[in-house]
Amino acid sequence: MKLFVEGIAILAPGLPGWAASRAVLAGEKNYEPAPLAPPVADLLPAVERRRTGSMVKLALAVGHEALTCAGRPVDSVATVFASSGADGDVINEICITLAGSDRQVSPTRFHNSVHNAPSGYWGIATHSHHPSTSLCGFDWSFAIGLLEAAAQLQVDRREVLLVAYDTPYPEPLRSVRRVAEPFGAALMYTRDRTGRTIAELEVTMDAQPREASRMSDAALERLRTGNPCARALPLLAALAGAQPQQVTLERDAGQSLSLSVRTF
Amino acid sequence: MQPLFLNRYAIASSTGIGLEPTVLALGEMRSGLAACAFETVRLDTFVGQIADALLAPVRADLAEFDCRNNRIAQLCMQQDAFDQSVMAAREQYGPSRIGVFVGTSTSGILETELAYRRRDAAGALPADFRYATTHNTYSVAWFVQSYFGLTGPSMAISTACSSSAKAFGNAARMIAAGLCDAAVVGGVDSLCLTTLYGFGSLGLLSPVGCRPFDADRDGISIGEGAGMVLLEKKADGRTADSIALLGVGESSDAYHMSTPHPEGLGARMAMEQALMSAGLRPGDVDYINLHGTGTRSNDATEDKAVCAVFGNDTPCSSTKGWTGHTLGACGAIDAIICALAIERGFMPGSVNTRTLDPALALRYLIDNRSQPPGIVMSNAFGFGGTNCSLLLGRVQA
Repeated sequence: MKLFVEGIAILAPGLPGWAASRAVLAGEKNYEPAPLAPPVADLLPAVERRRTGSMVKLALAVGHEALTCAGRPVDSVATVFASSGADGDVINEICITLAGSDRQVSPTRFHNSVHNAPSGYWGIATHSHHPSTSLCGFDWSFAIGLLEAAAQLQVDRREVLLVAYDTPYPEPLRSVRRVAEPFGAALMYTRDRTGRTIAELEVTMDAQPREASRMSDAALERLRTGNPCARALPLLAALAGAQPQQVTLERDAGQSLSLSVRTF
Repeated sequence: MQPLFLNRYAIASSTGIGLEPTVLALGEMRSGLAACAFETVRLDTFVGQIADALLAPVRADLAEFDCRNNRIAQLCMQQDAFDQSVMAAREQYGPSRIGVFVGTSTSGILETELAYRRRDAAGALPADFRYATTHNTYSVAWFVQSYFGLTGPSMAISTACSSSAKAFGNAARMIAAGLCDAAVVGGVDSLCLTTLYGFGSLGLLSPVGCRPFDADRDGISIGEGAGMVLLEKKADGRTADSIALLGVGESSDAYHMSTPHPEGLGARMAMEQALMSAGLRPGDVDYINLHGTGTRSNDATEDKAVCAVFGNDTPCSSTKGWTGHTLGACGAIDAIICALAIERGFMPGSVNTRTLDPALALRYLIDNRSQPPGIVMSNAFGFGGTNCSLLLGRVQA
């Protein structure tokens, strides 16, 4: 399946946006991890922004950056949101409340606990009525989201924004589900090549599983393995121009996807 | 879209475990709802609970997946020869050519809720708690995939109460894109404290069994259950004509996290998209299974939305009075009830509903009607303003 990339976004420690990260991902500059400044999510009205946590803000910020990069209005595309879970802070707070004697769950916390909260806030922020889905494939959520985006392009013949993000869980959940650092990425895909196309991707489901691509830089490799959606890093590196332009992503059931990347 | 055949389906809910008990309960207007006695929950509400005694541990080789949600999934897959049919399809297509698309809203979060009660003095969770294979959103899709030894693409779709309706869309796309030849599509959700106390805090739980479209409706009843469908490009030839998925429509309200658009704008768009994808007109639809949760505002906005697309002549009803609102599972459960309606030639009414709300305009059925629908629509809407409509109908094989 062929996809064209029109916009790319990334937010992670030491990778504050695509323009600022491109040279690092291409291997032209050293990677220097630095704490990620909390994303602003200025798409959202202030009253809604106050109700959201870091996961929603991260998802909205990368989605917005990718569309800005593509020069597309925020309400103009279908979206696929991929993450390995719902907001860990919200789940933790709810579980603490439910384990206590007074089980009054805050209504806002409850509606923020759904896996599709980022998608819901995206709709409120962008006024987009386009279809939006929210998927989970545990550690393979990015690969699954990419497959879904590719299927939408091919079958529904529409442009698709893929937004992938995972944020660290607080203790005690952190001991059973370690997400080391926040990581968000977004890719604006089109079915046909446009004047703003920056790369072309060919996605294949491998008949025999292949080993996942790694990052050559040790700190970036730690970032990749420390956050499910950071499994996107080898693809982002290839999009930044790094060699090789062949990338393998692990997907569910021990299988893999092979991507061949051509940048323009 | 190219019609896709529902060659085998299975259901497990408080209304019935398996197709025949479900048809019987529908026919006898017997609701699966009862006063809530789930776990330690103290809420003045009714729930659609599957008796604990029916929920056997998951298969021994998959013990790490054992939790209430996956037990319900397993119970469903063991009904009506569903598991044998999937294994036969696996033989026919090969394990890599069958995808798994399961909708869930809360997956196995109950395990985490219970584990939090057993935190030690330092606040750590108990050593026997398994997060990945129980609570994680993907757990149920992973379990279903592992249960059948499949290696095609699999995903959990988690868009709150539209999850398993949208799963049909994901499956249809993957099949059309050639990524798989057949799909196990389903929805599974189980009772947990998060949804019970969460909907309680929103003031949306009915103190009696939910009464969709009733003048006195006062909220939802939460249910649990699973629906599973084996979806294929070709009919299996068991009957001269078979039931197929004809269209899928998806949209976003872009309005509010937990309140539907007041004019039902997103819902209308989803229904129109479904008709367009099936190449059908509103007049072609014989019956609509409404999302119809039984809250004042949800039913009122759906009434407006359906009227805007279909007028007020098409018979419709909500079957939530039987099953309760099974949240992420209701898309699949309602689609299977629609398939049964087509197969057995009836239109379900609405158990618990007594007096129709005069402010609502739809031609709402209270009593079952023995009139065979050829084409039906099923609606599912959810938190985050997510909407999905499915069209099912009889197609000559």
